[in-house]
Amino acid sequence: MTHEPTIYELSQPGRIGANLPSLDVPKADPLPADLLRTELKLPEVSELEVIRHFVRLSQLNYAIDKGFYPLGSCTMKYNPRINEDVARYEGFAGLHPLTDGEGAQGALALMYQLQQWLAEVSGLDSVSLHPAAGAHGEFAGILMIRKYHIDRGEPQRTKILVPNSAHGTNPATVTMAGLSVIELPADDKGDVDIEALKKICEGPERDTIAGMMITVPSTLGLFERGILKIIELVHDAGGLMYMDGANMNALMGVVKPGKLGFDVMHYNLHKTFSTPHGGGGPGSGAVGVNEKLKPFLPAPHVDIIEPGTDDEAPLYGFVTPEKSIGRLKAFHGNFGMHTRAYAYIRAYGGEGLHQVSRHAVLNANYIRVGLSDTYTVPYDRACGHEFVLEGHFEGVDKVHALDISKRLMDYGYHPPTNYFPLIVPEALLIEPTETETKETLDQFITAMKKIAQEAKENPELLLSAPHKTPVSRLDEVRAAKQLVLCCAPLLKDS
Amino acid sequence: MADLKFPEDLKYAKSDEWVRIEGDIATVGISDYAQDALNDIVFVDYKVDKGGSVAVGDEIAIIESVKAASEIYSFVSGTVVELNAALVDAPETINTDPYGEAWLMKIKLDGAPDLSDLMDAAAYAKHCEGR
Repeated sequence: MTHEPTIYELSQPGRIGANLPSLDVPKADPLPADLLRTELKLPEVSELEVIRHFVRLSQLNYAIDKGFYPLGSCTMKYNPRINEDVARYEGFAGLHPLTDGEGAQGALALMYQLQQWLAEVSGLDSVSLHPAAGAHGEFAGILMIRKYHIDRGEPQRTKILVPNSAHGTNPATVTMAGLSVIELPADDKGDVDIEALKKICEGPERDTIAGMMITVPSTLGLFERGILKIIELVHDAGGLMYMDGANMNALMGVVKPGKLGFDVMHYNLHKTFSTPHGGGGPGSGAVGVNEKLKPFLPAPHVDIIEPGTDDEAPLYGFVTPEKSIGRLKAFHGNFGMHTRAYAYIRAYGGEGLHQVSRHAVLNANYIRVGLSDTYTVPYDRACGHEFVLEGHFEGVDKVHALDISKRLMDYGYHPPTNYFPLIVPEALLIEPTETETKETLDQFITAMKKIAQEAKENPELLLSAPHKTPVSRLDEVRAAKQLVLCCAPLLKDS
Repeated sequence: MADLKFPEDLKYAKSDEWVRIEGDIATVGISDYAQDALNDIVFVDYKVDKGGSVAVGDEIAIIESVKAASEIYSFVSGTVVELNAALVDAPETINTDPYGEAWLMKIKLDGAPDLSDLMDAAAYAKHCEGR
């Protein structure tokens, strides 16, 4: 079975899936006619049809619960089931978001503790759980940097340095915050070009530099070897340092960004701390700061209002930091993610998190070395939690990274990230994460080697892939050009 | 790589634009290497209007493919006298005929252009080889 109709196509007029109990209250008057809407197209299906429809859809889908998911730069890691258990505790799941602080002490204690743990992991001083996801965390961080400069009487600091290997969200964040980007080139080793940075920091733009955003390890999976020098140069020019924490999975218990000199960073709880990701989100982009930026944190901020004693827990509540950038989201962030991240950290403990990062890095390096004689690995040095290789072969011009990715699906794997970072031709960015066994890694290496061989002996096999998936290769050009987002029957009727 | 063409009568930028000077008119486009690297092109979005003025370094268009979006820059100064409107409806022409039908725009030059930052076909071919 490869085709599943939409639920609208399964609909039959008059078919009812719900069985309401008989009335135990007087029947209300019918709704006024002018409030009734008839144009809503609601599917009319039985309960069993609904169940079957969605189970079939889930079977057509690929998920980390089904197989290996080596999607680089996004840490699609396994979400341990204990997280789900904890998130469903009635005290958390049933808590009304309008409950006042005093009535939600357990939730606030959890948020406060999570803030403290995240601060410990990063070596920063204070953490806000407000932002809804990574780019939102970036936005909070850059707004704080901007307000910091305005507060110090330097409103002309409006430029943020961004390396050319950055996630696309970084320059987008800068623009959204009303600032502008100075792009930094990489050197041939994949590090930031320090000489270029020095020139800017000591040039005519020096007094307009608000700060720098940088991902460590970089999106190439490489630890930025000149990071201390970079931080020194930017600080000397009067700018602040923002760390994009998307790749924090390589660093836990190994490097504390705050100790390196970073002023602010975001964590992706939905990456590093295993809360669900992608379609299973939402995310959480907690943001951590040092003392310089603490007064600017988003509000309301969870803090201890009255210290506890040996016998009594402290009283938690909401405070508004002195120079807060204000509210960024309704209520207090994506609380369901906080419970999962809390459970994850509790389950692993400090030593456990350290081991998570060590294994994530070991697994990535294991695949990198395993493939380095078959594929071009442009930066052939020890990587962090991910690495990039070039998806093309000498003498086989027509095979591209995309074709390798499509063929991987036939072998039962989710493809890695294609064509990012932009500075590597035909990039394939591979991140296995820490939870995979050696056998899985070996099987993946074997599949990649087989594909390389196929590319040379029978390239058609790659160019026409995938062959074993519910749908064959999608027409990306047409999908990009014809933005039709409704299913056909709906279009016909409207 | 081997099949890519770099006509002798054009000047090429490091960032893969080409320029053809005929009298006081400069025609610009993107190179065969660029279209090959970008893969299937799906959108062309002009950043200047006909009649508008452009300076060296100005962003004049964005070309988007299934892989990425790329900014296209001007290497001459002058006034835009013609945009190739056909590319908006048929951006894939860039993949098939980057130097012919798929020119991006024509610019009437302000004065003698400074093309010292641009490469001739041989130098550009070498530049592409090393990437």
